[in-house]
Amino acid sequence: MNCPYLQNMDQQSTLDTQRLEVSLGPQHPSTHGVFQMDVVLDGEQVIRLKPVMGYLHRNHEKLMENMSWLACMPYTDRLDYFCALANNFSYALAVEKLAGIEVPERAQYLRVIMAELTRLINHIVLVGFLLNDLGAFFTPVLYAFREREKLLDLFEDVTGSRMMCNYFRFGGVKRDVPPDFILRVREIVNQFPKFLDELEELLTHNEILLSRCQNVGILPKALAVNAGITGPVLRASGIPYDIRKIDKYSIYGRFKFRVPVGEAGDVYDRYYVRILEMRESLQILEQAINEIPDGEVISKAGAQAAKMPRTLKVPKGDAYGRTEAPKGELGFYLVSDGSGKPYRYHVRAPSFINLTVLEDMCIGQKVADVIIILGSIDIVLGEVDR
Amino acid sequence: MKTIEEIKQAIETKFGVQISIENNSLLIPKEKWPEIASFLKTDPEYSFDYLSSVTGTDYKDYLEVVYHLYSMGRECGPLVIKIRTDRNAAQIPSVVSIWRSAEFQEREAYDLLGIHFEGHPDLRRIFMWEGFVGHPLRKDYVTEDQDRKI
Amino acid sequence: MLNPNQNNINPQLKANLEKRGVFLTSVDFLYNWGRKYSIWPLTAGLACCAIEMIAAAAARYDIDRFGAGLFRPSPRQADLLIISGTVTKKMAPQVVRLYNQMPEPKYCIAMGACAISGGPFRDGYNVVRGIDRYIPVDVHIPGCPPRPEALLEALIKLQEKIESQEVEKTEWYQKGFKREFPVPEYGPNGLIPPYNPEVFKIKENVPV
Repeated sequence: MNCPYLQNMDQQSTLDTQRLEVSLGPQHPSTHGVFQMDVVLDGEQVIRLKPVMGYLHRNHEKLMENMSWLACMPYTDRLDYFCALANNFSYALAVEKLAGIEVPERAQYLRVIMAELTRLINHIVLVGFLLNDLGAFFTPVLYAFREREKLLDLFEDVTGSRMMCNYFRFGGVKRDVPPDFILRVREIVNQFPKFLDELEELLTHNEILLSRCQNVGILPKALAVNAGITGPVLRASGIPYDIRKIDKYSIYGRFKFRVPVGEAGDVYDRYYVRILEMRESLQILEQAINEIPDGEVISKAGAQAAKMPRTLKVPKGDAYGRTEAPKGELGFYLVSDGSGKPYRYHVRAPSFINLTVLEDMCIGQKVADVIIILGSIDIVLGEVDR
Repeated sequence: MKTIEEIKQAIETKFGVQISIENNSLLIPKEKWPEIASFLKTDPEYSFDYLSSVTGTDYKDYLEVVYHLYSMGRECGPLVIKIRTDRNAAQIPSVVSIWRSAEFQEREAYDLLGIHFEGHPDLRRIFMWEGFVGHPLRKDYVTEDQDRKI
Repeated sequence: MLNPNQNNINPQLKANLEKRGVFLTSVDFLYNWGRKYSIWPLTAGLACCAIEMIAAAAARYDIDRFGAGLFRPSPRQADLLIISGTVTKKMAPQVVRLYNQMPEPKYCIAMGACAISGGPFRDGYNVVRGIDRYIPVDVHIPGCPPRPEALLEALIKLQEKIESQEVEKTEWYQKGFKREFPVPEYGPNGLIPPYNPEVFKIKENVPV
């Protein structure tokens, strides 16, 4: 055990504190689902923490081996159930890479718009739940869900479902958007910053938030890279690594946006990076709705595959497609054996790998801070356990 | 970024091993893997400091572990590395000491595919409970029938 | 029994009394009226449906209008367990234990396709094909995930059920009543037993 606190404790053995083993979860209001942490406490200080997962292990990877390529699409919705469309995006990219399907212009724009709206939903709900974990019980979540419902209305009109959208197809999207869609996105682009301003006014310089979040759960740069941390958690530690910028997948190369980074890598930075990311997403959205062309929303090959999923022939081989999902790098590793089904379907889930450093961030912190550190990583159990 | 051919040449001359290229990925013998891994990570010409994904596939005759390496500093990648191992005694050296990101992913591959990663600090089942028999992602795994009579 | 007008009370007399501020009703009606508008659900989110459960509790759908807005984090204080999502084999013992810990009278809503039957994940090696294999379910809500309105509808259905119960006859008011559901154990391939035969029957020769 390389915990300096513990070594001191051994020397001053006259101090009598009892070790306490606490099992947080799997049924615990603040673990964001069915996640378990076995924590060893010395007084209030955490000296050991082991995450226990698998309570929502729904066997995505095994089940997909018996599905046609397209039938996997609705399952990707259920990975990270806050960001169904971002998961669709990643999976569609991976299969398109493997099968070599082109995507028409308009569909590219619609995909980007949908993915960025999803990012807004994810980050706003995260901020709500983070505050919930800090003790502001449910009021911030109410505000977050108020905004979320506005965006979900859009999704429902376009895709027919609130949460599990299943909107993307190989080579495009399922159907064109309703005529007033662009107008409504523009309304959101105009309205949302006001909500963010209001939120920031309440939170960003709030004394309680500052003292609870600053210098808590610091993640050093080197560890973050080594542990494969991605997404806002990595950027809060000061590394401007955004796959939208690096890979320029889809049409992200055309948009101007900045990659916000933090300095300290603490919980506060992770909160603030997400606020700034929402502002950048709004920038992307604004550019996208100004530039979106008319035309087809799905290519010929894609339409054929959408109509008759079993006819989609994916050449033998493997491919790894990755996107910048709201929680980090979401990758799909697919192996095809030439039949109509994936031979192997692996999800590289960002929140699963981001949990690697949970113990490092929590050791030496108070037990109450463990909850907000976990909250600031932003996990979704559907994705962690798959 | 260097081409995959150049990386292959470099590794072959440095370590004296035979590497084949298969579908844009390097097929590496498992014995030298930890040395090659730390070379790829630390050598400034490559500096693959970010291990994105570790996973396995059951090809019925053998098991294959796939690593996707990226370089955050040099913003390049991926370098795909594949290692094959025997199905009945699946053993591959662990790279947790080189890339921490392999920690949970190797545990996952152990749990679901039954690949033993030698040198992993904490190789336990991660999703299924202790006492679970079998490795579900193997192609010959038979799922329990819940509707059978007691 | 739920409607006091059925209690052979002379309506004329009742109306007269009400004018003077005396209200007549049956114990059942009053008691159930109180119970049905103060259902405290347990804060137990399992999977995707939990998000819709939170949405139902949030401003737009506002489950509090139906008296079920006070989500309790402890099973000792809760009346209603909403199984909101896929129950995996690893999680099922904990769910049963939670239900056992809740005080009587307690109710259970299976929210979503997964909680009813396993839903899209039915064939998985780690998925329980519906929570009613282990605990009795009062209301099933189909959907993947059900909309928040569907949860509200289920709550109304549950209120109807509560309304129809008679205090004297319900089992949990009987002397010495104790109801515990056996907690399944982890086996080498799945849970032992695969279902609780007391609450769940599998018909013979019917493909399930």
